[in-house]
Amino acid sequence: MHRIDCPWCGLRDEIEFAYRGDATVRRPPADAGIDAFYEYVYLRDNPRGWHVEWWHHAAGCRQWIKVVRHTTTHAIHATAKADEDMQVPRS
Amino acid sequence: MSRRLAGGGRVDRGARLRFSFDGDAYEGLRGDTLASALMANGVRLVGRSFKYHRPRGIVTAGPEEPNALVELRGGARREANTPMPVIELFDGLEARSQNRWPSLAFDLLSANDLIARFLPAGFYYKTFMWPASFWEKVYEPLIRRSAGLGSAARAPDPDRYETLHAHCDVLVVGSGATGLAAARAAAEAGARVILCEQDFELGGGLLLDPAHEAWRAGMIGALLRQSEATVLSRTSVFGYYDGNVLGAIERVADHLPVPPDHAPRQRFWMIRAREVVLATGALERLIALPDNDRPGVMLAGAALAYLRRFAVAPGERAVMFTNNDEAYDTAFALHDAGIEVAAIVDVRAATARAEPARQRGIDLRLGSVVLGVHGRRGVRGVTVAARDGANAKTLSADLLCVSGGHNPAIQLASQSRTAMRWDSAIAGFVPGESTQRQRSAGAARGLTGIASCARDGAAAGAAAAADAGFAAASGFDLPPDSAEPGTQVEAFWEVRSAGKAFVDLQNDVTADDIRLARREGYEHIEHAKRYTTLSMATDQGKTGGLVGAAVLAAARGEDVAAVGLPTYRPFAVPISFGAIAGHAVGKDFAPIRRTALHRWHERRGARFMEVGPWLRPAYYPQPGEENDAWASVLREARAVRQAVGLCDVSTLGKIDVQGRDAAVFLDRLYTNTFSTLPVGRARYGLMLREDGIVFDDGTTSRLADDHFFMTTTTVNAARVLEHMEYHAQTVWPDLDVQFCAVTDHWASMSLAGPQARATLAKAVEGLDLDNAAFPFMGVGDAAIAGCPVRIFRISFSGELAYEVATPAGHAERVWEAVLAAGRAHGIAPYGVEALGLLRIEKGHVAGPELTGHTTARDLGLERMLKKRGDYVGRVLAERPALADPDRPRLVGLRPVDRRARLRAGGHLVAAPGSAESLGWLASAMPSVELDCWVGLGLLARAESWRGKCLFVAFPLNDETTEVEVTHPHHVDPENARVRA
Amino acid sequence: MSRYSAFRLFLNGLTGHASWPRAWRNPEPRSSYDVVIVGGGGHGLAAAYYLAKEHGIANVAVVEKGPIGLGNTGRNTTIVRSNYMFPQNHRFYEWSLKLWEGLEQDLNFNAMVSQRGVLGLFHSDGQRQIFARRGNWMRLSGIDAELLDRDQVRAIVPQLDFDNARFPIMGGLLQRRGGTVRHDAVAWGYARAADRRGVDIIQHCEVTGIRIVANRVAGVETTRGFIGAKKIGLAVAGNTSHLAAMVGLRLPIESHVLQAFVSEGLKPFVDCVVTFGAGHFYISQSDKGGLVFGGNIDGYNSYAQRGNLPAMEHVWTAGVALMPALSRVRVLRQWGGVMDMTMDGSPLICRTPVEGLYLDGGWCYGGFKATPAAGWCHAHTIANDAPHALNSHFTIDRFRQGLTIDERGAGPNPWLQ
Repeated sequence: MHRIDCPWCGLRDEIEFAYRGDATVRRPPADAGIDAFYEYVYLRDNPRGWHVEWWHHAAGCRQWIKVVRHTTTHAIHATAKADEDMQVPRS
Repeated sequence: MSRRLAGGGRVDRGARLRFSFDGDAYEGLRGDTLASALMANGVRLVGRSFKYHRPRGIVTAGPEEPNALVELRGGARREANTPMPVIELFDGLEARSQNRWPSLAFDLLSANDLIARFLPAGFYYKTFMWPASFWEKVYEPLIRRSAGLGSAARAPDPDRYETLHAHCDVLVVGSGATGLAAARAAAEAGARVILCEQDFELGGGLLLDPAHEAWRAGMIGALLRQSEATVLSRTSVFGYYDGNVLGAIERVADHLPVPPDHAPRQRFWMIRAREVVLATGALERLIALPDNDRPGVMLAGAALAYLRRFAVAPGERAVMFTNNDEAYDTAFALHDAGIEVAAIVDVRAATARAEPARQRGIDLRLGSVVLGVHGRRGVRGVTVAARDGANAKTLSADLLCVSGGHNPAIQLASQSRTAMRWDSAIAGFVPGESTQRQRSAGAARGLTGIASCARDGAAAGAAAAADAGFAAASGFDLPPDSAEPGTQVEAFWEVRSAGKAFVDLQNDVTADDIRLARREGYEHIEHAKRYTTLSMATDQGKTGGLVGAAVLAAARGEDVAAVGLPTYRPFAVPISFGAIAGHAVGKDFAPIRRTALHRWHERRGARFMEVGPWLRPAYYPQPGEENDAWASVLREARAVRQAVGLCDVSTLGKIDVQGRDAAVFLDRLYTNTFSTLPVGRARYGLMLREDGIVFDDGTTSRLADDHFFMTTTTVNAARVLEHMEYHAQTVWPDLDVQFCAVTDHWASMSLAGPQARATLAKAVEGLDLDNAAFPFMGVGDAAIAGCPVRIFRISFSGELAYEVATPAGHAERVWEAVLAAGRAHGIAPYGVEALGLLRIEKGHVAGPELTGHTTARDLGLERMLKKRGDYVGRVLAERPALADPDRPRLVGLRPVDRRARLRAGGHLVAAPGSAESLGWLASAMPSVELDCWVGLGLLARAESWRGKCLFVAFPLNDETTEVEVTHPHHVDPENARVRA
Repeated sequence: MSRYSAFRLFLNGLTGHASWPRAWRNPEPRSSYDVVIVGGGGHGLAAAYYLAKEHGIANVAVVEKGPIGLGNTGRNTTIVRSNYMFPQNHRFYEWSLKLWEGLEQDLNFNAMVSQRGVLGLFHSDGQRQIFARRGNWMRLSGIDAELLDRDQVRAIVPQLDFDNARFPIMGGLLQRRGGTVRHDAVAWGYARAADRRGVDIIQHCEVTGIRIVANRVAGVETTRGFIGAKKIGLAVAGNTSHLAAMVGLRLPIESHVLQAFVSEGLKPFVDCVVTFGAGHFYISQSDKGGLVFGGNIDGYNSYAQRGNLPAMEHVWTAGVALMPALSRVRVLRQWGGVMDMTMDGSPLICRTPVEGLYLDGGWCYGGFKATPAAGWCHAHTIANDAPHALNSHFTIDRFRQGLTIDERGAGPNPWLQ
């Protein structure tokens, strides 16, 4: 069970959250064209290692937060509010 | 023949308990397990093995037991495969042996043992292939009947279970000397401690030596006085998960005939621990030697447990076979209890225990092995010899105690992703660096001796508390150091001689099987395991797994350390489904949502149906309609088309949207425009997913410049809210918009039919319903029966209709008032079935059409796509295949034979027998306005079919129905009624 | 002289089984091959086997970073079926089922293909209609399917909760030809059969890079040195994005962990495979007696082959809801596999933008049942540098074109697929 430190609420169980994948992809401008939206919607780095991702505190404050989590150890390096930039550890 | 000793033990001699095994009545004592009680009654044959059905006896005194498995209790409470050593005796206990036919003593399938040479590891991969048709008809049914162990109950479990979420600073697993010391040290440092012990008594190995009783009792007493310490016996920690979360099962009532009132049978503890101390001890391992599975062959430590804890003589004449010093404790204890020890057979050339053995007059044979075991249903003797096989001699004995050394119980450490390293001093794997907030202590990391384990536990407990932020000093006495030197062990795994030498007792895996696996290329430990089934039985190879690995290593010519062990996965002990399901069983499996009008529907006798998590009235049977649902549905739909009806639509999602940029935000969510919507008006809106597929639809009203009231479909309400939050918070955080779900705050009801205005006019105050004053898509506030209401002139049925919303607390009052007002007009409440019928007649799309595959164009809603401006899904909806004009598109369908029924889920084909699906029939209902069934479907190249006929193929029912392709609006295509 | 049969088993039984040869050799890698298949799971081994058998290309190596068959091949719930809705899927899986039906005789290895039936339950009229649409489409394509009512379901699986269920059982869609297969035996059987046709199976050989010259593959860099290859096929479930990244390719894939469980061995308890859509649960019983079951993915990107408690609670709770008598059954083991979840839930078997590099991946939950057909189609695509009609839809480009094959209609949300 992941234990996620919501920047709004504090340390909470994974079951309070909903997940939505890679938080580094950005919605392109409206006129960016099909290829740009194709990349935004479909293509993912899917790294084996640290991953910046969206979690939604659905059973809590209803805020989308960013979590830097390791995809093999499941260790959580840091969490942040939606508008904050996240640094990924080197290792 | 009682084998109960005259004195000693931890059993209560005053409390006699009756029990039965295979229908025979026995007596035991409180404090017994089923294993000790049967042993005390002289029963040796207790089970049959999986494959060869060989007779088996009790091997261990713990949950690692491979042989002595029974079906415990009966009927709906029957539990298969329950290890006898963990079954606490209670009065009236019933148990049966399993995997034998017709009886335990005479098992026909033991014939497998006679042809065992033809059934080596993996034999089934090489045969049963001819003739091909025989596999499923002959071979497999035979295999399935003879495989398996016990039989599960067939009826629902009458007992209850519960889940408990716990937090602690330090979790200690195991309550031997190590665990008690760790828990006390941590607790006295100020940490919140949970101590879990799988046994019903705390103490672990301390229970086997009366000399430690005072210290044990003192430690437990001190721990129980700590207010922040939770001490759980009968509690097995089964898994170590991410985030330092561990799962444990407390067997609250398994030691009772049935759980007491208001108590669960078992309790699932989900424990979030800052720090964990694993004081799980060590498990003794067997030695592979011919016929080492005969009843009467027992691990040395188990024999000591039966003798000391349960005061049972495990045999009358014992031989000890060992590679280590610790087993001598058992031999001496047997001897000192008056049981003859015929010999100690030690593979080593020398031992510090030689002198005390000789002092007792025991025949000590150093540098020797047991070559074989005599007796089929029970040990009658053993052949001993020098390690090279010389000087073989048969000794009479009914008990062979075996000790191949001890493996630290590393299951939980391994689950926490701790790498293991080989420790040659104990010839076993011990935990290496830990990756979670966890440390192993005592025998679980290879230490021996009560004193050194207690010392290690105290240090680990203090360190864990300190790491959790509790550094207060604690001090308590530790047990005195033993006079005996530390144990010595020589790695020794197998005596090679003719006969079956088992490394996995339950699954009948022999050392020869392991060598066969290697010979055939299954030389990796995981391959060997899967090929032979080593360590895959209910005991997970706790006593023999490493022995199997060592045999494989020897065959490969490598060290055991290089071969390693198969990965330990949860569970450390098997756990029951029910314990994890907890209280969420039967109707409580998932929550039920009910509307504010639910009680009214119930009183009216509504039949309910599931819509997502909601229960909604399907229809309201009237007298005479009890067995004819169609009569109710059609009557209700007719009432709407011909007079007026009232439907509870409270389950539609409702979201209140406010803010300076609310209109801009809605423009980006919906494919159509809301910023141009006047205050006091509603508009139908369509949302896409970002991939251009239709996501949801609903009506949204403007209550003020910066205030909208949105509705969603029932099933998508939560997803739409999440979708909005995602976009508002992460994509367009610059927009000033706030919103909140208000589905439960408002009850809403749809009043529909030609008499809707007349009905509402009678009930409403404060709103002019005149068509000019309050036109189609108008929104206004008013009151009904003194309750505030908001009225929306919107229609799903295609009739003149008003949706009346009121704060949920007023729901019944408003509902009743509207019904009363409509009585003169023939008003009828109508359910979801009639609602569905009406919308299909009208050609409005709903769930069956919004499948997550359809585009706005597919549904005939391309007019909803605005030409300018950004909205979710706009770009990808233009991908070539989604813009293809030949895609299946919404059509109406009616049977050519007007009496024929249409069945949703059928496919549209050009001719009967055609295999090509041109589309499908998504929804169908009998029309109350046309004299036939009507349907909505999606049809490729729909325009070219308009007015023509094709067929609905329903091969599952062998049905083909000719249908005419029509406009989707079967009723009122001009849309005049809603504006009337 | 290594043909398996009852007679040979008997002869070997007389001589202590001393003369059984290795099931597959343990060769040193040669300097180059016509084709290198990366990944020694069922898919990779099957591709190698069919390259040799169907296309006469036997100068093939399968390179595997560990021992063969221990990725998803060795950690799935062993179900085979072809009961998909869309023809692009059900025609492919039906071909797979046909290959399963003849597999043992083809490979001379008993993989225990057991066509015990796969029964999917529905709980509402809406679900019945969705199942009917699927079953009718299967029948139009010539695939067996039967729509059962509640009483017919009860006759097959009497221990379901028909009396007190939160989601009452209304009926089910049954595919009798679906069933289970002994998963490990699939890898071993293909390995042995491929080896006998000359394929080199190279274990403990991890690919660390893919060498490309002028946008064409030249070979693979491995922990055992460079191995030249005219063509390379990737069949590395759970590592597809990782390998694709070696040639700069981003894929419409997220990797997630899916848990599975097995109970203690029991006498026959449930005969067919049962899937419970309302609770996301499926269960079958192995020939050895263990109940094998699972549910949904844990729901976050993961390369860890282990799961966590929340998903486990969901699955077990659904199990008891479906079959209340499971409550006292004890479960023995829990494990996880890494699912390469595509953005529409359907796989990739296709060429890539790199000449000579082919991909078999993105199997979501469906990989095991696809093993024979995926290997077969992958081999066809490699041999012909063009897909077979059966896999021509399984391209990367379909996402760009809007030709997604989204059985559930869940959209580009792998955590919902």
